[in-house]
Amino acid sequence: MMADKKVSILVVDDEESVRDSLYNWFIDDGYAVEIAASAKEALSILEARDFDIILADIKMPGMDGMEMHRRIKALNKEPIFIIMTAFASVDTAVQALKDGAYDYVTKPFDPDDLSHLVRNAASHVTLKAENKSLKDRITTLEDVDDLVGESEAMKKVLREVESVAQSNSSVIITGESGTGKELIARAIHSNSPRKYFPLISVHCGALTESLLESELFGHEKGAFTGATFNRKGRFEMADGGTIFLDEIGTISPKMQIELLRVLETRSFIRVGGNKEITSDFRVLCATNRDLKTMVENGNFREDLYYRLNVVNIRIPPLRERTEDIPLLVNHFIRKYCKSMSRDLITVEPAALKHLQELEYPGNVRELENMIERAIVIGNGKEIRLKDLPMGKELMSSSIESLDDLEKNHITSILNKYGWNISRASKALNVDRATLYNKIKKYNLKK
Amino acid sequence: MDKRSIIVISCGHFERHVLEKITADLIHFFRFPLIVKECTLDLSGFYNPTRRQYDANLILKAISMLSSPDAIKTIGLMRVDLYIPILTYIFGQSMLDGSTGIVSLYRLRNELYGLEQDDRLLIERFRKVIVHEMAHAFGLIHCLNPSCIMRSSTYVEDLDQKDLEFCFKCKTELDERLNAFRI
Repeated sequence: MMADKKVSILVVDDEESVRDSLYNWFIDDGYAVEIAASAKEALSILEARDFDIILADIKMPGMDGMEMHRRIKALNKEPIFIIMTAFASVDTAVQALKDGAYDYVTKPFDPDDLSHLVRNAASHVTLKAENKSLKDRITTLEDVDDLVGESEAMKKVLREVESVAQSNSSVIITGESGTGKELIARAIHSNSPRKYFPLISVHCGALTESLLESELFGHEKGAFTGATFNRKGRFEMADGGTIFLDEIGTISPKMQIELLRVLETRSFIRVGGNKEITSDFRVLCATNRDLKTMVENGNFREDLYYRLNVVNIRIPPLRERTEDIPLLVNHFIRKYCKSMSRDLITVEPAALKHLQELEYPGNVRELENMIERAIVIGNGKEIRLKDLPMGKELMSSSIESLDDLEKNHITSILNKYGWNISRASKALNVDRATLYNKIKKYNLKK
Repeated sequence: MDKRSIIVISCGHFERHVLEKITADLIHFFRFPLIVKECTLDLSGFYNPTRRQYDANLILKAISMLSSPDAIKTIGLMRVDLYIPILTYIFGQSMLDGSTGIVSLYRLRNELYGLEQDDRLLIERFRKVIVHEMAHAFGLIHCLNPSCIMRSSTYVEDLDQKDLEFCFKCKTELDERLNAFRI
């Protein structure tokens, strides 16, 4: 019947015998009970503390129960309000319920009716409390623990997140790899009215065009080889919530057209289907590319760009906010020590100084990887300078995408063979033409 | 030696075998000596002609005054229809952790509900309410366990469903409270 905290009841009646009887009745049931002899006394008690349930007589000298209820509502308090009366009156009952009373009872009560009424009201209180607790948990779980920063640059980002979260506007989040674009997307979603609905992420850069199409729009059984059942797409799954399109700059021209149509109409058809499906979603996108330049070069549709870029949030690279590095180091130490069930460790001054001097092409992700590695290989008491990678090793830890991996590998092989194309292509197990194409693609230079 | 006892005040005629069963229950569960007294109250003074019932609050106060200084707890037994202002009827009443309780068998009779008279069932119900109200007097509140004697019962059918026993939780709490009395 009751959660660990007792359900509290305030009994308001000008008759002492009624107050005392109800007090004894509810105390026997384990409720926390207080009594008031008048509406004025009740309001005075309510100024000092809240109650889950108020049981009030409708007819009292001075202020009556209905007026008292109106005054309680004006205080922005929301207890369950039950009106008692010795005079059964349909009009009064209807008015009480219209004014928001939970129920209306006629004295004397059948003992079973009173027990049931209050038990139901108490269940309602418990359910409300559980619901609120669950909602608070959802907010905490999706919260911005990893968005660490006291620098002006990060404070600006967080202010932008706060201001944009409440709206339904599309947002493009820009920033280098590893700056936390997905974290920003999660923060926007979790502070928005859509937070109780899903946040669906799609990594556009990791999928081929046809896979991306199926991923976004879903497919019908038999739409293509391997489509052995109907599958909901990400737009459909995001209904009521938010869809986060990461690496939006990588999508093909054909997908750009399809995406534009979906954003304009909020409807789509599954691959292989013929039924139009609507979905109510908010769009957040991320890219580490310069979309404006891509638009100018004809590689990204201008109409799509303007539809997505209602708000732009730029996340600064780590090298532009080095004052946040100590905070981030401490944050990651706490995170990984907790996940590894270890005692917290410190950072030796020389190591911290080194961390603050690095370039971080891989940004926060790179720093995080470094701290995790240092905790794993270290002495268990502190992060030392020798636990940290130095110089060129940092390049390999900044790898994010397959392109990065390929680019770095080709660079290292070319450097190894002194840019001898024949030997390098043989080592890479590709023909010369392919290697030349890769050099052109990644704009590699000797 | 602890000379305190539970006082049972009989306000109305109860057969000897009924009183023996009641006193045996009270001694068994509450483990104090027990004294049975005849009630000298004139209950007509507590009758409410509008309600056509007897005011339980007033009777409770009166019974507590009939008790003795050596009484641990006092319980009044009666046959009249009891009420408190807010309820249409009650089976019994006691103050939580208070000194006194009262119980009536009036509303426990099958005949009141159009059923066939059953004296055996009536006595069983009476015993349950008495133990229940006495436990309230020792500070126990209602229990959710459907078979526990402390489960709240507003209809006779509820009474019939529960046992004349405390659940483990209530028994443990009662023992603690009784031990505290003996310190």
